[in-house]
Amino acid sequence: MKKPVEKNTEKNRKVQEWRRGRSFLFLYSPLLSFFLAILLAFLLSSLLISWIGASPLLAFKALILGAFGSLNGFTETLVKATPLMLTGLGLCVAFRSKVWNIGAEGQIHLGALATTLMGVYLPHFPSFISLTLTGLASFFAGGFWAAIPGWLKIRWGVNEIITTLMMNYIAILGINYAVHVPLKEPGGFLPQSALIQPSVELPILVERTRLHAGILLGIAGAGVLHILLARTTLGYQIQVVGLNPDAGRCSGIPVGKIILIAMVLSGGFAGLAGMGEIAGVHHRLLENFSPGYGYTAIVVALLADLKPLAVILVSILFAALIVGADTMQRVAGVPNSLVLIIESLIVLFVLGSRALSYVRHPLFFVKDNGQRTTEGKLRIS
Amino acid sequence: MEVWEWGSGDSSTLSHPHTSIPLYPLPYPHTPILPYPHTSPLSYLHTFILLRIDKITKRFPGVLANDQISLEIEAGEVHALLGQNGAGKTTLMNILYGLYQPDSGQIYFKDRKVKISSPRKAIELGIGMVHQHFMLIPDFTVAENILIGFKQRGPFLNLKRVEQAVAELSHRYRLQVDPTARVQHLSVGSRQRVEIIKALYRGAELLILDEPTSVLTPQETHELFQILRTLTAQGKSVIFITHKLNEVMQVCDRATVLRNGRKVGTVKIQQEGPEKEVIKENLARMMIGKEVSLETERTALKKKPVQFGKEVLKVEELEAVNDQNRLVLKKISFSVRAGEILGIAGVAGNGQSELVEVLAGLRKAVGGRVFLNGQEVLNEPPRKLLEGGIAHIPEDRLRMGLVLDLPLPENAILGSFHKAPFSFKIGNALPGPRWLNYTEIRKFTERLIISYDIKTPHPEATMRMLSGGNQQKFIVGRELTRSPKVLLTVQPTMGLDIKATEFVHQKFLEQRENQVAILLISTELDEILALSDRVAVLYEGQIVGLLPADQADREILGRWMSGL
Ligand SMILES: Nc1ncnc2c1ncn2[C@@H]1O[C@H](COP(=O)(O)OP(=O)(O)OP(=O)(O)O)[C@@H](O)[C@H]1O
Ligand SMILES: [Mg+2]
Repeated sequence: MKKPVEKNTEKNRKVQEWRRGRSFLFLYSPLLSFFLAILLAFLLSSLLISWIGASPLLAFKALILGAFGSLNGFTETLVKATPLMLTGLGLCVAFRSKVWNIGAEGQIHLGALATTLMGVYLPHFPSFISLTLTGLASFFAGGFWAAIPGWLKIRWGVNEIITTLMMNYIAILGINYAVHVPLKEPGGFLPQSALIQPSVELPILVERTRLHAGILLGIAGAGVLHILLARTTLGYQIQVVGLNPDAGRCSGIPVGKIILIAMVLSGGFAGLAGMGEIAGVHHRLLENFSPGYGYTAIVVALLADLKPLAVILVSILFAALIVGADTMQRVAGVPNSLVLIIESLIVLFVLGSRALSYVRHPLFFVKDNGQRTTEGKLRIS
Repeated sequence: MEVWEWGSGDSSTLSHPHTSIPLYPLPYPHTPILPYPHTSPLSYLHTFILLRIDKITKRFPGVLANDQISLEIEAGEVHALLGQNGAGKTTLMNILYGLYQPDSGQIYFKDRKVKISSPRKAIELGIGMVHQHFMLIPDFTVAENILIGFKQRGPFLNLKRVEQAVAELSHRYRLQVDPTARVQHLSVGSRQRVEIIKALYRGAELLILDEPTSVLTPQETHELFQILRTLTAQGKSVIFITHKLNEVMQVCDRATVLRNGRKVGTVKIQQEGPEKEVIKENLARMMIGKEVSLETERTALKKKPVQFGKEVLKVEELEAVNDQNRLVLKKISFSVRAGEILGIAGVAGNGQSELVEVLAGLRKAVGGRVFLNGQEVLNEPPRKLLEGGIAHIPEDRLRMGLVLDLPLPENAILGSFHKAPFSFKIGNALPGPRWLNYTEIRKFTERLIISYDIKTPHPEATMRMLSGGNQQKFIVGRELTRSPKVLLTVQPTMGLDIKATEFVHQKFLEQRENQVAILLISTELDEILALSDRVAVLYEGQIVGLLPADQADREILGRWMSGL
């Protein structure tokens, strides 16, 4: 290609101007509106708190101190954030390709199952090797569980919302059965599996807390996914398939394959979340080890606007609410369930603040996945 | 001016079901059509200003789309709105329809100052719009589509009544549509009629048509003009956006020209008479803004003799079915040589779309063979065909050619993102992702924008922000710069202004000189005759005739196209 020789032509000036203009286009700040929305949610909940006769200030102080005020609280927040983060990351990928994977809960369970099997039956290796193998096993177990609905969708057009949801029941109930019968700890009375061997346990990061290395996996995963989505052809294809599959097909993108990859990635991250719970927290498979992380993670991913780096922040926020709720109840006498209300308010306000930034044009309403087009904002990733 | 109530009159027969706007002022059906409102037979001699806009300005980040535009629309006129791609026509109309709010300026409707805050408000006032891209739901019937977004009284749909009203409307305005038909089975022309009926059903007195003819065949265009005449004869006003001056001369009473967001002027059109050509030249000059004669532009399109190469694309006995599983390509055979343009003429819906889809790998053929460079490629996936040197300018640019919510650079590399220089691999033999090279991608986008003169607020603007014509230019530019061996193109100049059309034609001829085999499918005979080396006619899924271009004339082609 020829290098432009002329310096001050009209065209060159135009290009210069564009390049300068680029910075101005990033003025629009989603972070600011996010924090404003949270602030509003708290303001509104403080009305509720005073209405039931408690002190909002005390309650929020307890909430925040409970979640971040002590080493124990803070690490506990991070422990709870880990599965939300890992699962939410995976969902970012699926949702970007507009595949509505509601089955993260089941995929977490599959990952947990794989971890348990590895932990119980794997011959003894050095911890590093065991953990790598277990990680791969749970990633692919979760990925496999997500690939089934993905395949049904691309092969026969079966609605993935229904299939992923149904597969949750199979996974959850299947594991309940497993811990009652085949995997039940030999000689034990409780419905739980045997303990996994120490070499499959995730290392504890801070002595005398439950904080395990899963959180590092989450943060690293966010970085990897961010780069994958923003910088690689795979991420590009996922984005195109999500926004206009027909155009993707026309330009040679194998749409079915991309959907399948997105599903496997999504289920894989959920599987890693399952591994974190078993190898990091419980060290054995139990019934109900996940209080619905897979569902909360849907909200996390959407609130993070399907941006992996934002998932880190949002998942910690949600975990903090869960952890702080107990303290709030104890100290300020505000019922635990109020936190659910606050959570919902945050969700509503954040989504609301986004709706406000939509251009008022029916064509511009980019509906239901939390992605949007605004006049000022350009880069998706 | 005489004072009278707008719409008062014999509205006893039926009134609009949901607003107070009378729908049927005329005793239906056998009264002769009178100028509206017929209560005052003289009133149509006075010009009645239905809509007046005053110094409307609309700014988008980086562009001044409308700059102090003032305009008057009279009752009962067809008013053309002209201007080059990106001149601001659609934006102005979106403001009238309540989709955008102007930054400043006023709108007066029937001498009353109004604020059109939403399309609903526009509809209530009596303004209807048919968009550049239709907004119908294919799975719904005509009647259901007409009901969408309509305030209902009570929880139940009264489809029967709508169907009846639609039938009456279509009779009254000679708009032939079956209210119970499903939109997906309708031709583009009938879809457009549905959109018009939808507007009329809601009581539109001013109808905005944004490039209605760019998707129509000449026959359908002719029918549309009949409809417009019926409408205006009954007192409705129409704003008609087009790039084709001939159409303006045929149906319009006045024309307003925009350039770069400013109004250049309004011209009275004489549909007959000696001044016609002068007016036409004048309009063209107003649009382009320099002293150019249309004639010299026309002759600038020079077809050089080209030595044809070997048959790059060869199709043998190709058979394919459409979405309804009906056989729409019946044993078609033809070939295109390197450096040759094969034009395929024919009324839309005779298998053109399916033919191109099969050749681009988007539709499975049920029989026959296709050779690309001597290699059999029937039913290969699109990627393989693209690699083999096929470029495709699709018919439906919004659906197949662009991702509206992605920025221009991402759109520029659709179809070539997996190749250098747009992406690269670290360590060629290793497995791993391919990395996008945004520096190269941006440079490429900037070159594309400049060399195809694409008007955009910014090179990284979202595709949605571009005007319709500029989106089309973008696709054409992107496909041509991929240096294809075979170019498949359907209606390549749809929605392009005169200058851009010439430019694209020029580019096609350049490609031809570079030994590209071009399959040009178009419903516009002018385009086909100007560019092609050979012309074929597709009728009911068969090639009914094939001629060298110098022996083809409109008469023969016309006969073939209508199946005679
Ligand atoms: N939402 C938007 N954001 C930013 N710029 C916009 C937006 N909509 C339109 N524009 C810009 O405004 C200008 C006018 O666009 P408009 O769609 O009105 O053109 P047009 O006259 O209809 O052209 P065409 O003949 O190509 O359809 C263009 O430069 C376009 O890029
Ligand atoms: Mg337009």
